[in-house]
Amino acid sequence: MDKLKKLSNWFEVRIDLSGVKKFSDKKVVPVHQQHFWYAIGGITLFLFITQIVTGILLLLYYRPAADSAYESVQFIMTSVRFGWLIRSIHSWGANLMIFFLFVHMFSTFFMKAYRKPREMTWISGAILLILALAFGFSGYLLPWNKLAFFATKVGTEMAAVVPGVGKHILIFLRGGEDVTGATLTRFFGFHVALLPMTTFFVLLIHLVLIQAQGMSVPPTLEKEYKKNPKTMKFFPDFILRDAVGWLAVLGLLGVLAALFPWELGEKADRFASAPMGIKPEWYFVFLFQTLKYIPGRIFSLNGEALAIFAIGLGVLFWVSVPFFDRRAQKNLPSKAFTLIGIVLIIYIIVLTTISYFFSS
Amino acid sequence: MKETSKSRRTFLLSGLLSSLTAFGAMMLYPVWRFIMPPKVPESTQNSVKAAKVNELEPNSGKVFPFGSKPAILIRLGNGEYRAFTAVCTHLQCTVQYRKDFKLIWCACHNGRFDMNGNVVSGPPPLPLEPFEVAISGSDIIVSKRA
Ligand code: HEM
Ligand code: FES
Repeated sequence: MDKLKKLSNWFEVRIDLSGVKKFSDKKVVPVHQQHFWYAIGGITLFLFITQIVTGILLLLYYRPAADSAYESVQFIMTSVRFGWLIRSIHSWGANLMIFFLFVHMFSTFFMKAYRKPREMTWISGAILLILALAFGFSGYLLPWNKLAFFATKVGTEMAAVVPGVGKHILIFLRGGEDVTGATLTRFFGFHVALLPMTTFFVLLIHLVLIQAQGMSVPPTLEKEYKKNPKTMKFFPDFILRDAVGWLAVLGLLGVLAALFPWELGEKADRFASAPMGIKPEWYFVFLFQTLKYIPGRIFSLNGEALAIFAIGLGVLFWVSVPFFDRRAQKNLPSKAFTLIGIVLIIYIIVLTTISYFFSS
Repeated sequence: MKETSKSRRTFLLSGLLSSLTAFGAMMLYPVWRFIMPPKVPESTQNSVKAAKVNELEPNSGKVFPFGSKPAILIRLGNGEYRAFTAVCTHLQCTVQYRKDFKLIWCACHNGRFDMNGNVVSGPPPLPLEPFEVAISGSDIIVSKRA
């Protein structure tokens, strides 16, 4: 303890840390029936950190070229000691992170945490979701196997239906007209440089906003909370409880990686037919299934283009929810938006289930 | 006096802004050009050896490279050959021949085409482009239609 005191003195003589100390002493988290959900964002953050760590480890052996990517992942899985573990944790972690991201997003949605003054927190969060999906999409191609090859082909091809600039976007994404080694090299660059850097900054904004504004209390509990405001200190009470959650997720990650090591599949071949059962990652599956129901032509318009346009509008709406939900902004109950959230969740679950269990 | 200094100020400010914009554009132009990949010459191949004469059983198919794109050769039940581009007109997956349906099938979104390349069902908006098939000695030659 004496040593610690000395160390903190050493710093305090050089920089004024009293502001930080005062802030951390005063910071509290509201306690109410729903405060469990406050832990989910932290779990997502924890998973993001594990992705960074395991990703840097994979970089030691991975090679981003069409003739060596698959082989290098095979080498990681079979020859590198604990390579299977690191790769499986990275793959499972990516999926868990996106899962918790969805849970976190819907929980803040239903608790109407996007009300003034937290609009920017919501928007930065929505950008983080888009970045996380981009991480998933670009990372999926990196092992250069058949499933990923065709999933990438279909996924990038959809950009081409955007009127006007679509073709340019497609060529930019693929590094050419087709999905080739050039695409792999590009996606690698997005996955390990562009996306991490961008995510880091948006995440910083997200977290600074949360620190500056504190946690919101959902409108349904606000009255009661104001009468009887129970809180918990952030340091150390809340952080320690968070740590339990992180540990549990780490355990889950370890179990999943050990019992179900991530598969590698067959090497991609540009001149082979698309394999049976081709599917994108599960978090895109509901969109993928939607596309199956869209006819090629709707009133002489390109069906895909219409679907993509509708999805784009939906995303835009979702990002700007704080500005559409006028009633919540005035602290009135806004059942319509709660309903939209519920319908969206049901839609996602139903289409995903159909695609996995009832579809040829 | 006040008036002239104000207009001089806006003049200088707009001058500064436009030169900054020009400078920015100058920096971004090469970056933009760098990002968009150069065109690699498309193969102008018009015909290719797709298979040997007795390679395919009746009622089976094979995907082969035609230039930089895959194409499909099918031997019908009656021994006749058909060839098409193997690039699905929907979202560009590579199609395959399904013996059980006697159809060309795309695994990506369950698109189906008949033996003339026409869409039977599923999302593909256009038929598959058909190719000419000729037999020369022991080779099956597939070529683009003129
Ligand atoms: C990499 C992705 C993300 C990370 C690491 C992350 C992390 C966090 C953390 C640690 C918190 C504080 C604790 C909590 O409320 O759970 C938080 C709060 C919040 N997040 Fe995220 N988040 C991410 C993505 C998102 C997304 C996709 C959204 C919504 C579109 C979002 C919206 C919010 C909102 C509105 C809050 C404030 C909650 C409140 O004050 O009650 N976040 N985030
Ligand atoms: S790409 Fe062939 S059906 Fe969609």
